[in-house]
Amino acid sequence: MNLETFGLQLLNGITFGSLLFLLASGFTLIFGLMRITNLSHGGLYLIGGYLGLTVLGRTGNFWLALIAAGAGVAVLGLAIERVLLRPVRNRIMPEVLLTLGLAFVLGDVALAIWGGDPHSIPVPPILGGSINALGLTYPTFRLFMVLVGVVTAVGLWYLQYHTLLGAIIRAGVDDPNMVDAMGIDIKVVFNRVFALGAALAGLAGLFGGAFLSLYPGADSDTLLLAVVVVIIGGPGSLLGAIVGSLLVGLIDSFATALVPDLLYFTLFAPMVVILAWRPYGLLGKPL
Amino acid sequence: MRLVTARPTWPVIALTVVVLIVGLALPYLATSFYVSVVTQVLVFGLLAMSIDVLGGYLGLMPLGQAGVMGVAAYVIAYLISKAHWSWPPAVAMALAATLLVALVFGLLAVRTSGIFFVMITLAEGMLVWGLAYRWSSVTGAENGIRGISRPEFATVYWQYYYFVLVAFAVCAVLLGLLVRSPFGLVLKGIRDSESRMRTLGYNVTLHKLLAFLASGLFAGIAGVLYAWYNQFISPSAINITASTEAVLMVVLGGPGTLLGPVLGAGVIVFIKNILSAYVARWPTIMGLIFIGVVLFAQEGILGALRRTQVRTRSGRVQLHGEKAWDTLGTSSGSSPL
Repeated sequence: MNLETFGLQLLNGITFGSLLFLLASGFTLIFGLMRITNLSHGGLYLIGGYLGLTVLGRTGNFWLALIAAGAGVAVLGLAIERVLLRPVRNRIMPEVLLTLGLAFVLGDVALAIWGGDPHSIPVPPILGGSINALGLTYPTFRLFMVLVGVVTAVGLWYLQYHTLLGAIIRAGVDDPNMVDAMGIDIKVVFNRVFALGAALAGLAGLFGGAFLSLYPGADSDTLLLAVVVVIIGGPGSLLGAIVGSLLVGLIDSFATALVPDLLYFTLFAPMVVILAWRPYGLLGKPL
Repeated sequence: MRLVTARPTWPVIALTVVVLIVGLALPYLATSFYVSVVTQVLVFGLLAMSIDVLGGYLGLMPLGQAGVMGVAAYVIAYLISKAHWSWPPAVAMALAATLLVALVFGLLAVRTSGIFFVMITLAEGMLVWGLAYRWSSVTGAENGIRGISRPEFATVYWQYYYFVLVAFAVCAVLLGLLVRSPFGLVLKGIRDSESRMRTLGYNVTLHKLLAFLASGLFAGIAGVLYAWYNQFISPSAINITASTEAVLMVVLGGPGTLLGPVLGAGVIVFIKNILSAYVARWPTIMGLIFIGVVLFAQEGILGALRRTQVRTRSGRVQLHGEKAWDTLGTSSGSSPL
């Protein structure tokens, strides 16, 4: 592997990692506050991508599609939390199993509506070209993905540590009953945070549709990656999601180039080692 | 320690006898198609019972059990069809490999509790699937491995049915003894309150690990039976969908009962094999059944049946396992003694 391919794989890893962060940040946000392993996260990703695809097809506007993917899935998230998850609040197995059942429904509904052919979301013209630097030529859209990842990370960090809602969320992570007793309706907070996590999945779906493509089964593939990222980084930790995403992105990129036969093994083996060393992930904490 | 055992009633005994007779005479009563379907029910029933050891008795549903089953299925497939081993050492090796994987992930899982435990089982299933899907020189990737020949005395469908029936019966008895033993009662104690059992001096970690190994062993046996049933194994048989279907069998039938998961396996296998010809959207139906059971019928089929039995017999029957996984989550760690 010469320096140029190494540079390209490095960029591939970082850009893919950025997409993974967008995906995993929503997952870890929901886990952090509500202790729900949302196994329908991949389904929400897929629905977001397809919603964006449809809006893009109708309007031809990528940014409108972006809003539709985020807002549409956020509304779906509001409904899921209110109707399905609230009745089984705080009972971990029923919560997990509900989201698992939901994952199947979402995947199958997407198949029924959008069909089985893979779809790729066209990149907007402004991001369509490529950039030359340091002797490498690299697609602009992929670099834009890094920007999206950074903006999301900064936004979530600001939300959590510099806003009132963030303070309430952090308090809710520590002691939801106490927050409730202070006169804050924690149920509403749960509801909004779930919707925010879902919206991030929806946005990731649109970017993922442009980055990879949308196909039946993309939901479980992405869920798998999100779970690995979150287990490595530590469930509930924002910084952990950043570290985990970059790690998984880089491993995926270099393994694809070097040992394609063992692609998933190279992903899971480090995860097992990290779990053996730190059972709650690199930056996670026990409950 | 027979604290939780209900004395069987006459209808239950009569029903058991009928089931036994029908089970033994099935190849004389039904066509080869239905005998095959029932064979499948027994294989998945065993898998579902292996899930129930953790999900119903320990209170933590493993989400990657089809992957555990897959270890045994792939090892025996490889040894028989590619390395041309005879079947007894191949079976021994398949089960040993499954136990090894269960040991590794068990050691990781028992260091955590609650939802982290569940996530590690998810990772376990994904790891096996990932290897099966990608390591094409050994597993044949998506094409799978074919030509997994059955033992010479069980090659025809009805012979294989009896073979599976005997294996299932032996495993069911062993599992029944296991969950009724003091060991099984400790597992239930951990399910209801981990901190209480720890305070009482039980080695919670060791019990969890042994439960993990026992669950893995029986899943491995199911894997061997599955590999021989189809004489073919591919990644799609052991992916997360397969793991989920197996969990659905447990949840639908009634966790923490052993018999319930077998009933659940019966329902799901029959729906898949018979109704799926008429119903196009199987994943949606499966998802909706899942959601419906979790929201409205957490005791499952068997729990509902038992409840009616209690009503008619004025409370003499002690229920066991009716709230298997419902109680969890609020209890782990923080509950008072």
